[in-house]
Amino acid sequence: MNIIIFAKVRFLFRISINLREILLTMNKVVNNAHEAIKGIESRMTLMLGGFGLCGIPENCIAALAASDITGLTCISNNAGVDGFGLGMLLRRHQIRKMISSYVGENKEFERQLLSGELEVDLIPQGTLAERIRAGGAGIPAFFVPAGYGTEVADGKPVREFDGKMYLEEHWLKADFAIVKAWKGDTHGNLVYKSTANNFNQVMATAGRITIAEVEELVPAGTLDPNHIHTPGIFVQRIFQGTNYEKRIEFATTRPD
Amino acid sequence: MSLDKNGIAKRIARELHDGYYVNLGIGIPTLVANYIPAGMQIVLQSENGLLGIGPFPAADGIDPDLINAGKQTITAVPGAAFFDSSASFAMIRGGHIDLTVLGAFEVSDTGDISSWKIPGKLVKGMGGAMDLVASAQNIIVAMMHTNPQGESKLLKKCTLPLTGVGVVKRIVSDLAVIDVTPQGFKLVERAPGVSVQEIINATEGRLIVEGDIPEIEL
Repeated sequence: MNIIIFAKVRFLFRISINLREILLTMNKVVNNAHEAIKGIESRMTLMLGGFGLCGIPENCIAALAASDITGLTCISNNAGVDGFGLGMLLRRHQIRKMISSYVGENKEFERQLLSGELEVDLIPQGTLAERIRAGGAGIPAFFVPAGYGTEVADGKPVREFDGKMYLEEHWLKADFAIVKAWKGDTHGNLVYKSTANNFNQVMATAGRITIAEVEELVPAGTLDPNHIHTPGIFVQRIFQGTNYEKRIEFATTRPD
Repeated sequence: MSLDKNGIAKRIARELHDGYYVNLGIGIPTLVANYIPAGMQIVLQSENGLLGIGPFPAADGIDPDLINAGKQTITAVPGAAFFDSSASFAMIRGGHIDLTVLGAFEVSDTGDISSWKIPGKLVKGMGGAMDLVASAQNIIVAMMHTNPQGESKLLKKCTLPLTGVGVVKRIVSDLAVIDVTPQGFKLVERAPGVSVQEIINATEGRLIVEGDIPEIEL
């Protein structure tokens, strides 16, 4: 009798541990991009990782382009190209404002900018990265030399440190940060590949909710903890993306 | 004879020293990589997150996850390192890059530089140029001395919107090597066969000429 009860308790205990593991896991893992972007509403501010078309969250961008969400403020180093990347959202007039460092390579973008449909805030690339880092790290303001004496300095407090002039810059945060990683695990730990890291790692820290789409999603415990770029604490939703196109803007090769 | 783009790049390569970490801008500056002296260890930084830029890939070695700041496919050399954009600009802003080479529309004799915006033309953005010019230990500008209309691009005061103020240390143009000093431009070297008078005529800003000016050796 005692033995049977003990076995039963052990069995129930084991089930409860398994359930607990499953529930913890289920907290972050979603099935696809459509589930991942739940809660994104019109007029929200989004951060989207990537440099040009390298390391962009293709699945989530496609899901946003298939939605009725409009009036978005998008913080992204670039604005995609015609018909791909953020160009997909621009084509459907879903973006109200871009906060970027460089926005070339996009005719529809130019048209909307010149016609006044689209607002653009151009920020030096390093200042953009640091404003995002500050947002994620809880630092409301800081000083940088970039832009001192230029139109970027308009309206900003300046201060001298060790004989050099600096501009006061402020943090950037987003309702949702959407990043793309190479590998991720069920706890939200992320590893990026080569120069597809770029703005993804820093943006992952600055979203009220951070969505990570990854090429390969593995169980927690599979990735080497020494190699994690983004610790899972920064990631609230994760899924394995599909059909990555990874378009190349300028394919350059050496002569054979 | 004035230098062509490759000549400018070749002359700038002589500013490199063993062990330098260097950021090369788009255009003529990129060509400098072709003239790194044999045996010299130079690490090229790409501000999108790479130390150790290698040559362009072979046609069957293209990797869409590996590009330079001009969004061209590239390779990474053995010993390279990848990192995110905020770490990249910590290297730049923190003064860890030994030399930055970039292009310019105009430079003033106080070291101001205009390179990102032409009024009336569509603005694409400054990218990392403002961060680079504000922070580099040493900045060399690679540029043509005059515009296609023959007007000087080395001015008393820049006419176009600025990228940075008082930041340029040296200019290598098709006509000359010129330093920016507290007294204005100072002629250091002249392109082979180009006279000092030609350089004076092509320079609108204050230009100091002292003693014999040697020709650029390539």
